Amino acid sequence: MVTQSIIRPATLRIEPTRGWVPLRLGEVVAYRELLFFLVWRDLKVRYRQTVLGVAWAVLQPLLTMLVFTLFFGRLARVPSDGVPYSLFAYTALVPWTFFATGLTMSSNSLVGSANLITKVYFPRLTLPLATVLAGLVDFALAFPLLFGLMWYHGVTPTAQVVWLPLFIALAFITALGVGLWLSALNVEFRDVRHVVPFLTQLWMFATPIAYPSSLLPERWRVVYALNPMVGVVEGFRWALLGTDTRPGPMVLVSAAAALALLVGGAFFFRRMERTFADVV
Amino acid sequence: MSSEGAAADVPVIRVERLGKQYQLGARATHRTIREAFVDGARQAARSIGRRGARRSAERFWALRDVSFDVAHGEVVGVIGRNGSGKSTLLKILSRIVEPTAGAVELQGRVGSLLEVGTGFHPDLTGRENVFLSGAILGMRRAEIAAKFDEIVDFAEVERFVDTQVKHYSSGMYMRLAFSVAAHLEPDILIVDEVLAVGDAAFQKKCLGKMGSVARHGRTVLFVSHNMGAVVPLCSRALLLDAGRMVLEADPITVAARYQATLTAAPTDATDLESAEHFGNGKARFVSLRLVPERRDGTTREMMCPGSRLRIETRLVASAPVESANVGITIYDASGYRLLDANTAMQGRFVSLAPDDEARVDFALEDVRLKPGTYLVGLWIGRGNLEDIDGILYAATLEVEPDPHQLQHSEQFPGPYLCAFQHVVTVSAAPSTEPTPGGEPAVAAPVAAS
Repeated sequence: MVTQSIIRPATLRIEPTRGWVPLRLGEVVAYRELLFFLVWRDLKVRYRQTVLGVAWAVLQPLLTMLVFTLFFGRLARVPSDGVPYSLFAYTALVPWTFFATGLTMSSNSLVGSANLITKVYFPRLTLPLATVLAGLVDFALAFPLLFGLMWYHGVTPTAQVVWLPLFIALAFITALGVGLWLSALNVEFRDVRHVVPFLTQLWMFATPIAYPSSLLPERWRVVYALNPMVGVVEGFRWALLGTDTRPGPMVLVSAAAALALLVGGAFFFRRMERTFADVV
Repeated sequence: MSSEGAAADVPVIRVERLGKQYQLGARATHRTIREAFVDGARQAARSIGRRGARRSAERFWALRDVSFDVAHGEVVGVIGRNGSGKSTLLKILSRIVEPTAGAVELQGRVGSLLEVGTGFHPDLTGRENVFLSGAILGMRRAEIAAKFDEIVDFAEVERFVDTQVKHYSSGMYMRLAFSVAAHLEPDILIVDEVLAVGDAAFQKKCLGKMGSVARHGRTVLFVSHNMGAVVPLCSRALLLDAGRMVLEADPITVAARYQATLTAAPTDATDLESAEHFGNGKARFVSLRLVPERRDGTTREMMCPGSRLRIETRLVASAPVESANVGITIYDASGYRLLDANTAMQGRFVSLAPDDEARVDFALEDVRLKPGTYLVGLWIGRGNLEDIDGILYAATLEVEPDPHQLQHSEQFPGPYLCAFQHVVTVSAAPSTEPTPGGEPAVAAPVAAS
């Protein structure tokens, strides 16, 4: 008998719980293969029966970049920290698209998997986590074009590029953090699905994507950086394009805010989890 | 790991005073944030925190004070009618829902099969779905890969492994889905009997597979309302009724008791006092009872396609009613009218003096509604002259799949609701001329689909 156990504590005790409960991240690790399959399913299903397939992952930020360049760069003449505007915008749009997609997909992850939640047990955290991870694959597809654009504009990456993974991690943490809050809330309050498109739109304006954060007065920048995506976008530009947005207090504030979102979101999610199957 | 001696005296499943409470209506509506704010403010005034104390809504115990032990290698059947708490028990043991009271202790890996096709995605191929569904059910990738051929073989879908399952026939889909589940090898297996799917031959194969799982020393909890399936497989059975465990004994004793409870308790009458009435109110419907019956007129537990349905209504008059027509209407769950019957159709009319009480019963023969939820409406009045009393949706009627019929017929998915009596003729070869008066080869009335 080939019994390779996943759920095998010596004794499993099922009892009513109340209030805040432990995260039990070990269980998520034990279910990593399921996580892999969920990511794989998301990607497979997303691009099956599409003509352009994975090209969509590149087209989304690319087309937005073209629109931005035309309206903000050419017509409105928004400053771009001395970098060609199209490159300036695309560098921000790549992490932004990852974040916005991750947020949208993960907020719907539990409700969209209601049939699983009511039929089988697995750590529920894997659902929002899988959607954000799937977004990372799209990100990896849209990213190489950024180097193409840099080459086209004759911009060579500086040594600061080694810091890039840190900013990718920050974007990931932020997307997952927000995703945990929204997905758990969406189970009980379907208002969330109306809030999400609006939220991403507002959030985009609150992030220096179409404009540089240097437009803001110095003393407001730290408050501004409470939006973790500010740190991500400015970090991307600094690491890749060498703009003068060296990670200082702004990135620290962004990182702290992102971690707070994630930790708070994870505990909130676990607290709400006990009623998921009853309510969803 | 399932070593016999190691924990022979420790029960593999121990259930202690288990309870699950639900709030009525809580499932049906999703709250909006506005409601939550109002409730939250109200609640904060009283006490902080404690979810679930949010409304003075009606609550009920779906499961209450249930305790039992299951030893290693036992196969235990859990029997009860719909709403007895079987599914709730299953869901708690599978960790899908959390209990409200009591505790469960489980030793070993738990696998639960509550539904066929858990995690199947129509856009993925058969092969992809085997891996996905297997992972969701708790199998490791290596384990699935090792059993892949066996799974596909068992499902008899070898040729279509790389076809998207949305192109499968419903039978193929079900077989593959069951096959994945059947190859799960946990220490404790929790199974819902509806898993036995497909045509008669495949059902037999399913039950055989479950039997062999049981014989391989695994502990199995088998939930069913199909007595025929439970008795031969189980060593012990539990009977649940209204959320409580009423009997724990050998399967034959439990089966006998279960059968007795079925005939003894017909469907309760619906009190129509608080229902929304329309009409001038000269008479009012006071109660409605839906009684499913077998062909021979005995009461049966559930309404199935083709059962008889007796609809009993009671009326009280407050003013004289002259030659009125009483009618019932059955709607589908979205309010589309499917069928009606009234006394005028039979040339009968109801006349009442004030304070008279009348009972009007309708017996619908051979009600071929597909399994699902329907609504029953009542009306008394006189043509276009007056509406005396009416209730648009007085009660819901649940039509369940017939456990016996299922063994022989295939269920096709789809939104259609009615079936009709028909005759199928299967002849050996196509003939140019239909033989007049020729006997049909198969002439049994069969429900459509």
